[in-house]
Amino acid sequence: MSGLHLNNVSHAFNSGNPVLNGVSVFVAPGELVCLLGPSGCGKTTLLRVAAGLEHLQVGQVTIGERVVAEGRHGKHIPTEKRGIGLMFQDYALFPHLNVLENVTFGLPENAADRRQWALSALSRMGLADYAASYPHILSGGQQQRVALLRALAPEPRVLLLDEPFSGLDVTRRVDIRAETLGLLKETDVATLMVTHDPEEAMFMADRILVMDEGRVIQDGTPVETYFEPLTAFVAALFGPVNRLQGMVRDGHVATILGDFGAQHLEDGAPVEILIRHEGLRLSATGQGAEIQPGEIPCKPAPVDNENSAGACGRMLSARPLGRSSHVELVLTAEDGTEIILEARIPGVFLPQPGAEVLVTANPRQTHVFLAS
Amino acid sequence: MATTTMDKANSLMRAFRRLGFDGWAIGAVAVAALVATPLIAVVIIAVAPSGDIWSHLSSTVLPLYIEKTLFLLLGVGVGTFVIGTGTAWLVTMCRFPGRWFFNWALLLPLAVPAYVLAFVVTDQLEYAGTLQVWLREIFGWKNRQDYWFPEIRSLGGAIAVMTLVLYPYVYLLSRAAFLEQSVCVLEVSRTLGKGPWRGFFSVALPLARPAIVVGVTLALMEALNDFGTVEFFAVPTFTAGIYDVWLNMNSVAGAAQMASVMMVLVLALIGTERFARRGQRYHHTSSKYSTLPSHRLESWTAAFAFVACLLPVLLGFALPAGVLTAYALEFYSDTLSAKFFTYAANSLSLSAIAAGLAVLIGLFLAYGSRLGGGPVVKAATRFASIGYAVPGAILAIGVMIPLARLDNALDGLSQQVLGIPTGLLLSGTIVAVVYGYVARFLALSYGTLEASLDKITPSMDGAARTLGCTPGQALRRVHFPLVRGSLLTAALLVFVDCMKELPLTIILRPFNYETLATFVFQYASDELLEESALGALTIVAAGILPVILLSLTIVRSRPGHPAGGMAADTGPEVAVP
Repeated sequence: MSGLHLNNVSHAFNSGNPVLNGVSVFVAPGELVCLLGPSGCGKTTLLRVAAGLEHLQVGQVTIGERVVAEGRHGKHIPTEKRGIGLMFQDYALFPHLNVLENVTFGLPENAADRRQWALSALSRMGLADYAASYPHILSGGQQQRVALLRALAPEPRVLLLDEPFSGLDVTRRVDIRAETLGLLKETDVATLMVTHDPEEAMFMADRILVMDEGRVIQDGTPVETYFEPLTAFVAALFGPVNRLQGMVRDGHVATILGDFGAQHLEDGAPVEILIRHEGLRLSATGQGAEIQPGEIPCKPAPVDNENSAGACGRMLSARPLGRSSHVELVLTAEDGTEIILEARIPGVFLPQPGAEVLVTANPRQTHVFLAS
Repeated sequence: MATTTMDKANSLMRAFRRLGFDGWAIGAVAVAALVATPLIAVVIIAVAPSGDIWSHLSSTVLPLYIEKTLFLLLGVGVGTFVIGTGTAWLVTMCRFPGRWFFNWALLLPLAVPAYVLAFVVTDQLEYAGTLQVWLREIFGWKNRQDYWFPEIRSLGGAIAVMTLVLYPYVYLLSRAAFLEQSVCVLEVSRTLGKGPWRGFFSVALPLARPAIVVGVTLALMEALNDFGTVEFFAVPTFTAGIYDVWLNMNSVAGAAQMASVMMVLVLALIGTERFARRGQRYHHTSSKYSTLPSHRLESWTAAFAFVACLLPVLLGFALPAGVLTAYALEFYSDTLSAKFFTYAANSLSLSAIAAGLAVLIGLFLAYGSRLGGGPVVKAATRFASIGYAVPGAILAIGVMIPLARLDNALDGLSQQVLGIPTGLLLSGTIVAVVYGYVARFLALSYGTLEASLDKITPSMDGAARTLGCTPGQALRRVHFPLVRGSLLTAALLVFVDCMKELPLTIILRPFNYETLATFVFQYASDELLEESALGALTIVAAGILPVILLSLTIVRSRPGHPAGGMAADTGPEVAVP
């Protein structure tokens, strides 16, 4: 088995609280796997364990065919002998070396071809003019590229990236992440990347591993993870959600917005229904603020694959965000309680407050979980 | 058979590793243990029973030593506090003529060893000195009975002399603390109706308290360490007593007993200092700084401030430097004929060797504990760098006793095996002196290098390691080039302190071996200050080097811009872990 294999890794710091709890990760050559999770979930520790910067306590780490660390037997191949590249969040460029010296730092004296590669890679990245410059005069994006090239120069079998884009401003981030992905896909390196940004993970990853409190909660492709979250935590990680309460009846759960499938749950189980902000669809009924709300009920829509039965709501507020609009509306349940929902609608959608709208939910973006 | 031994060795290594050990860590602990041996030796000797000496000491001289030492510490503590914080407040918060000059000039007395000032002051103020001769001429007094003049060679004189050369510790730290204080806090106190003076006492001083306490304890550690002044002034303090008991009464055990009592005082000082340092961290509260408001002082208040700042510089530096220069110019041929160059060469080579070793060991320990050796390594390094607080006389005993034992053992072994006695290989040679220097001043190099390494982010280490460097290669290729400047600073600090060092040198030096410090002490004690002036001046000149370093950082840091100055200000001289 080649690539990077972390098997059943557990880790605790001096305080005694486990940071990692039986985590297993496999990254195949040429594959990019993202560890996604909130800060403090143990993802950076996992990276450091893989690199050997942190001594493995329990489990096993394999790189290529070689076991590099074993918790039980105390085996520990030092970092420098593991053939890995690690790119740090702060890039950690050596301030006393120029750009070219930084990139070639990890190369043996006689690696003429790799030195050639370094030069051509620098010029491809638009850094040829900076080869003799020192890191402190580079912009954040340029430093990021130098750090990436430095990590790739010795042709590691495994590349570890610790929040590689968090130091960049939002506009540069999108370009640089595409550029980085292009560069990585040209190599056969097994890449394990840590991030707390779900959009970044979706963009970069072949597979996403969602971590929380030292455990891997879900392992899947970006599409699987987004559309089939295994827990409410995973669902909420990929963006804001509306939360409704309900009860399972005959494999379904009835809500104010219609019925949703809950075949996997027991009858009578109390559940929580999570609907993504972007999973709500609104259509104006043509009834304006001047008409008393509720006086003319809006027509229920036909149920299909993309729409639940829906309900009538009243606009509370609508704000333009540019590419989309953020909408807040209120629904009145049969028992008179008011439910406030938030939605994100593509384009400009700005009805007056008080206007009536028909609200439906996309079942693919609606997730039912056992109430905790 | 072989495999089981291998297995045993392997499992032993693993057990070590589980404790956070590897090659570097083992090395670090070994070196730390070597440096800490003198301290451990003193403790062991002190704890070991040796009944009758003890009762003899406590019934005769001990109460006197305790009393005089405590009075000395009290006097120096109050004196350095008043002068140090007072002048620091004036130069940071007030505007008056000469403020920028005093800003750095107030550090100059740091270059003058207390014993040198003691000799100069005595020379000038005693009965035959310039001042009294002058007074007699003016008032027509004939002899001692005609007028009263304070006795210079007394406890009071020792307090005055030490205060004048040690207040810069308090000045340096409290000045940095005042600069660091947010203006807002001071302005709030003004808006709440407190005048500048009440603002000083109710806001600025309490906020700076941890820094001031650190400064005062450092000054007290130096006062406790002083040997030359108290010996010359015949003030029976502990340090003078240890020297006396050991060399004059020829009782090593007695000296060790005294050292152990003195260690209680030392530990109290270390505890106070550590406690105050911990408090210091909480004082980086507000990040809002602007140019500090400086009150412009008018006419007589400005004159008062000017004089208040001028006097310490004048008495602590200008007077000794001036008098010594005058004597040196007049009597240099006498000094040169007294083998000045031999003594200077001895001082230079001893100090250079000690500085080189201290920097090497300091770097090794700082890097070793950076590699994350776990609590054992950290504790060992901390203990090893405690020598700065232990008076030279105590350390000397701690160096002498283990080395003498080792010498005896080597001699015995050599006689047994080769039939040739080796004599004293280590004790009574310059090895002992260098050992003592390194044990005492390691904290300076370690502290400086640790602070410098701390500025390198840990991800630099990680980057170097993932790019194929072993810890040693990372040290050579990454850390070494990055801390090169600090290596020089550290070496300079240790070098200068070794040049000035007296009690350790005088006890541990080989027979008839003189350094500049011992030469000056010997000659000046025999009222031959003029002949030794050139030597004393050389020591002062060397002492000015670190003062220049500190002054530069002070000049570079302007009030209200503590970011540039704070780290460097509290910097090298007091960079103790």
